[in-house]
Amino acid sequence: MKSHWGQRPSPFLIFFVAIFCGALFFAHSPYAQAQAVDAQTSRITLSLATEPPTLNSAQATDTIANFLLSHLMEGLLRYGQDGSLQGGVAERWELTETGARFWLRKNARWSDGKPVTADDFVFAWRYALKPETASQYAFILYPLRNAEAINRGELPVENLGVRAVGAHELRVEFEKPCPYFLGLTAFMSYMPLREDMVQRWQRAYAADADKLLYNGPYIMSEWIHGASIRLRRNPNYWGRNEVAIAEIDLPYFTADTSAQFNLFRDKRIALASLDSGQLDKAVEQGFDIHQFQTGALFFLEFNFRKGRITANKSFRKALQALLDPSILVNKILGMPGVLPAYSLFPTTVTGPIRSTGEASYFRDQFPVRRVTANLDQARDYLERAKKELGITAFPPLHLLVGDSPRALQEAEYYQYVLKRGLGLELRIDQQIFKQRLEKMRRGDFDIVAAAWGPDYDDIMTFADLFSSWNDNNRGRYNSPHYDALVSQAANTADPKLRFQAMAELQELVVEDVPILPTYESASLYVQHPQLRGVRRSIFGGDPNFRDAWIALPEGKR
Amino acid sequence: MWTFAFKRLLSGAVTIWFIATATFFAMHAVPGDPLTRDKAMSPAVRAQLEQRYGLDKPLVTQYRLFLGNMLKGDFGISFTQENRRVNDIIREHFPVSAMLGITALLIAFIGAVAAGSIAAQFRGQWPDRLLMMAVVAAISVPGFVIAAVAQLLIVQLNNRLGQPLIPVAGWGGFSHLWVPALVLGLGTMAYLSRLMRASMLEVTNSEYILAARAKGAYGWRLFWSHQLRNALLPVVTELGPAIAALTTGGFVVELIFAIPGLGRYFVQAVQQLDYTVIMGTTVFYGAFLVIMVVAVDIAYGLIDPRIRYSRGR
Repeated sequence: MKSHWGQRPSPFLIFFVAIFCGALFFAHSPYAQAQAVDAQTSRITLSLATEPPTLNSAQATDTIANFLLSHLMEGLLRYGQDGSLQGGVAERWELTETGARFWLRKNARWSDGKPVTADDFVFAWRYALKPETASQYAFILYPLRNAEAINRGELPVENLGVRAVGAHELRVEFEKPCPYFLGLTAFMSYMPLREDMVQRWQRAYAADADKLLYNGPYIMSEWIHGASIRLRRNPNYWGRNEVAIAEIDLPYFTADTSAQFNLFRDKRIALASLDSGQLDKAVEQGFDIHQFQTGALFFLEFNFRKGRITANKSFRKALQALLDPSILVNKILGMPGVLPAYSLFPTTVTGPIRSTGEASYFRDQFPVRRVTANLDQARDYLERAKKELGITAFPPLHLLVGDSPRALQEAEYYQYVLKRGLGLELRIDQQIFKQRLEKMRRGDFDIVAAAWGPDYDDIMTFADLFSSWNDNNRGRYNSPHYDALVSQAANTADPKLRFQAMAELQELVVEDVPILPTYESASLYVQHPQLRGVRRSIFGGDPNFRDAWIALPEGKR
Repeated sequence: MWTFAFKRLLSGAVTIWFIATATFFAMHAVPGDPLTRDKAMSPAVRAQLEQRYGLDKPLVTQYRLFLGNMLKGDFGISFTQENRRVNDIIREHFPVSAMLGITALLIAFIGAVAAGSIAAQFRGQWPDRLLMMAVVAAISVPGFVIAAVAQLLIVQLNNRLGQPLIPVAGWGGFSHLWVPALVLGLGTMAYLSRLMRASMLEVTNSEYILAARAKGAYGWRLFWSHQLRNALLPVVTELGPAIAALTTGGFVVELIFAIPGLGRYFVQAVQQLDYTVIMGTTVFYGAFLVIMVVAVDIAYGLIDPRIRYSRGR
């Protein structure tokens, strides 16, 4: 045997064997991995789609930052378990037509133990509006008096309609009536900031866990960029006794929903969102599927720029008479919870407050007129459009869509229906995120599949979308009637007048077809059975664990 | 030897400059810019942000500033990670990608040498056919499918056992590393296996092996001392590009296994048009690739004097 191996073992052989043994050893070394839910230490583990771009509450814009900030910080008010507004830093408040007053709790504290004062709000709001801060959500502070002028650099920040009366009272003056102001104070741009911290760190403020202060139910005890985040219950939080979950661990950053679902199945994370790819598997595995309405409206937006065929009303009405949102939702998208849309206002938009004080839905009180799909009528409209435009045949139309598989599926459905029903050629222009946005901005489309998620809990977040002055009106729809209705609602605090104007606006959108609503999105998810009381919601950061708790496992009671 | 190394390094530097310039102008030619967001920005806010990032300057000025900063080794601040410097992103995340890539390469190299040798020894017989079939499969199935399937298998294995044996995703110890590394290295392993097999066959049929046999060498001794060492040379040449490909190509694996590597930043930056991160990662990866190729060239020259002499003169 010896001669076979040579006089001494080859270095190569030693190397291979060493590597192999090492690999085996390490592969089987025990590793500590937290369970999705740990009742003993009251800790939960979750995944995060990506790292938040910034945690500076004045500059943040995205849902990840909103989720984290809603745990780390607290505004004057906050959304409670049932979706109603409750006291945050403010314990009492008063809303009038011209302004609002807030009385702050004396026991609201920052994570360094100092009290949260009215000055922290004044500073935060001024800071968010200063042009140099370049906050993209500055507009959400525009209900404050002079806010818009300050944001444009026309007035100094001291002119902002907010002032501190002592340490614990905040007085707000409005530019225009703002009946939805209380909800705004729960939004991240309205959260307090400590001037000394912002001044000290400047651009590095909120870049690391120790470079920002917390006044919310949690503090960030660890932030390893791109890898993991850990939240711990804030011992200085005034409502710490209401917070049951002591620790929220976020050790997985992945946007891949199938990876999230696999982590959930392996009991590593307590919550996982599903897309249609995982839905069947989740049902098959016998998981409870939860759903909630995200409040976002999806629609087809027409281009009204000169020379576009879509600027012709008869043409748009032809498409309206042709397309049936319920077929799209039921046959093409096939996601439970997604609703066909018929109105500019989703069913989730709240309406006038009833005399009982509870909020009701706008659509319950002002139903939308539905245009039933009718092929003959569609063809009539198309003939009329032909005559009005003075053409004999329609050139191909460009439909701009995003790069998700679902967007393509949807686009192909339109392509098929338009060809079959009206003999129209639809060219699908599929673009990745930023390129699509740029093409929308430049008006490089005939029709674009767009969506809008509400910024605040009021009908106005949808209503002013297609007013002529709104930069988000990418199709450049310009209707004096529409503008007038929006202004009418924006300048009155009388709920009756506001909602009448909105009802008229809803009808105008059906009649004039600046957009064709297609569906209202919903989010599906699976959740660990022991995890209870998680708030899923459109506003105030989603999901929210402030009031969640861990139940004992079934059968161990 | 030194002139040879110097020349290679110089041409490497020119390559990097070319990569940087081409990327810079291509990136700016794409519609949209890093400030394009789904909600429209007021012109005042936009002007502020453009000024902050220097986007208000003419493109040539921006290019000149970029080149100047690049020579100083500073790539600026990310647009999507608004408070982070690109240098920090590379410094913090490249080691993760490198660790994953090197492990993947080790697995690929060892696996390929073993598979290639076995296939060559049993040429035309069933082990050869089986291995080469696996090789074709590993080359043709895309990485994201292999990654997703591997993850699913882990979930099922852990569920079967009732306790976690292998982590599904995440980053930590070696236990988190080896499955993603295996998945990442599989394609390279397959490619190298074919190379190894061909090289081994050539060596086995060469005259000096016949001579060695005639002198009485056989079995392991013949394999280790005569066949393997000679057959390894072409495979070693491929290691440079392979290591660069593996340390840079882990985007899908990093996404699916939630690994905080640089690959994710590299790809997401392009999607988000994050100019500074695109430039930083592209130049960094470009430089890394060039250096690896040069290093292998030089190392090869050291191993095999014929190359040094023919090129060095």
